[in-house]
Amino acid sequence: MTVLGSRPAATAAHPAAPGDRAVRAVRAVPRARRARRRVRRVPLNLAALAVLAVSVFPVYWMAVTAFTPTRDIQSTTPSFWPAHPTLAHFATAVGADGFGLFWRNSLLVTLSAVLLSLVVALPAACAVARMRWRGRRGFVLMVFIAQMAPWEALLISMFIIARDTGLLDKLAMLTLIYFMTTLPFTIVTLRGFLAAIPGELEEAAMMDGASRAGAFRRVVLPLLAPGLMSTSLFGFITAWNEFAFANALIIKNQDDRTLPVWLSSFGNIFGTDWGATMAAASLFMLPVLLIFLVLQRRVVSGAFAGAVKG
Amino acid sequence: MSLTSVTQPVPAAARRLARAWPYILVAPAVAGTCFLLLYPLLRSVVISFQHFRTGELIRGGAAFVGLENYRQVLGDAEFWTVVRRTFVWTAVNVALIMLISTLVALMIARLGPRMRLAVMSGLVLTWATPVLAATTIFQWMFQSRLGVVNWLLVRVGLDGFQGHTWFADGTSTFAILVMLVVWQSVPFAAITLYAGLTTIPAELDEAARIDGAGPFQVFRDVTFPILRPLFGLITSLEVIWVFKCFAQIWAISGGGPDGATTTLPIYAFQIAQSLHKYDLGSAISTLTVLILIVALIAHMRRMLRHEGEVA
Repeated sequence: MTVLGSRPAATAAHPAAPGDRAVRAVRAVPRARRARRRVRRVPLNLAALAVLAVSVFPVYWMAVTAFTPTRDIQSTTPSFWPAHPTLAHFATAVGADGFGLFWRNSLLVTLSAVLLSLVVALPAACAVARMRWRGRRGFVLMVFIAQMAPWEALLISMFIIARDTGLLDKLAMLTLIYFMTTLPFTIVTLRGFLAAIPGELEEAAMMDGASRAGAFRRVVLPLLAPGLMSTSLFGFITAWNEFAFANALIIKNQDDRTLPVWLSSFGNIFGTDWGATMAAASLFMLPVLLIFLVLQRRVVSGAFAGAVKG
Repeated sequence: MSLTSVTQPVPAAARRLARAWPYILVAPAVAGTCFLLLYPLLRSVVISFQHFRTGELIRGGAAFVGLENYRQVLGDAEFWTVVRRTFVWTAVNVALIMLISTLVALMIARLGPRMRLAVMSGLVLTWATPVLAATTIFQWMFQSRLGVVNWLLVRVGLDGFQGHTWFADGTSTFAILVMLVVWQSVPFAAITLYAGLTTIPAELDEAARIDGAGPFQVFRDVTFPILRPLFGLITSLEVIWVFKCFAQIWAISGGGPDGATTTLPIYAFQIAQSLHKYDLGSAISTLTVLILIVALIAHMRRMLRHEGEVA
């Protein structure tokens, strides 16, 4: 929930984070008490290590398996470090039937959905953030409600609608659905970014003779670029990961499957080749991981809390 | 207000256009919402009042049958088992998520800067893991012959787990799904709660400590009351997310074994997709939405209060 994140985001830079406070307090106390405090912190740090291990292990295990030769995977004692790293599993995964095709499908659907969502959301966000009009409150409420839409309950009617309109087994249908799932979030976030850009800037440009559109393009858009960037990246993750609709709406034409659906049937593709399965999972996760690395600061500050949810 | 408007009034047409602009700008978004969200929702409700099977899917012309589908669904004992299971599923997951993320958030707040960065990075890594990557990894970890979990359990002396097939048993499949959903949900809740914790002035809990309050009392009497709105928001969000969870369950168990992990969204999809009873499936979906609306309204009210105002 972006809405939810707005408060923590504003305060994440709060100067007195509890940890810093502790550090400063530690400096002030004598050496003996400091040592005692360090001992007291041992259970805390052990707990932190446990949390770290639990959160990291599954992904670590995926990566290790993906690089471990099949012989070592099949041994009775698992190896927790790839002693003889191999790229064979990645070769198997990439060489699997239709891998390139599904990768292309996923990318195509995701990018078009995000682009469409941006194009539709930007004017709407402008209207909400910059203009006064009757029905504005109603529109914002609609967007908030749409953000919480119970998509999982619409699988059946979407299937029937797709069938009626000849869009069953078509990537266009998925694109439209992903566009709609990312649209409310995109409007809310862009509205937030727009609200942070003072309207006086536009007015000044217009005073200097720029048209309204010109002022927007030359003044607001460059300032909005980071907002557009991170919003679309989060939209990308949502669409890239989507499984339920891709699974329900692409049935006969297997060439139109996307990566998550392909990955869900790993048993049929790789059999018991867990190395290749984990390599495929790694490759599927890679773009999302890169995006998170780019946006890590925003993620941690809570600015996009709830934007991405499994 | 420009000078020209004083000397020569803006023509009525131009003024009308200026007033129409906001509506033109939101029109595509409204149209999208109507066609891609409102219409499917209404269509789902309409189908739930029709006789809609394979024949109607192909030929069209579904007849209205009133409340017949609802009578059939609500009269089926299996439906009530699924409803009960869905509530248990939601309660167990949300309770664990809130408990663990509160503890993790409090822990992060007390860590040194380096350890805190490490834990936060770990949580973000978990958060970044796509659902389908996670389901695949968990299936591998709990694999019977080569899975690392069985190896570990045998290693610590539980020899009974040699070659144990987790996914053959309803309860253990349910437990693994809970672990998966909790694992994936904690990062968001913990990081948001931690961000909330940093907003509490340090003087407050120092004062409480000086007054002799223990850590638990500080949490109960100082931290929790201040963060109550945030706790409320996260809890209702998690309730909604867990209740309608589909991808994890479908990818790992498909609702099995023997329906032990069939929750409402899975049940509706199975009835429509495998049995081709689109009418009954839609009735179940509509009932699911009705239950969700209760949680949604509670959440929206909290959110609007949190925001201060809608716009």
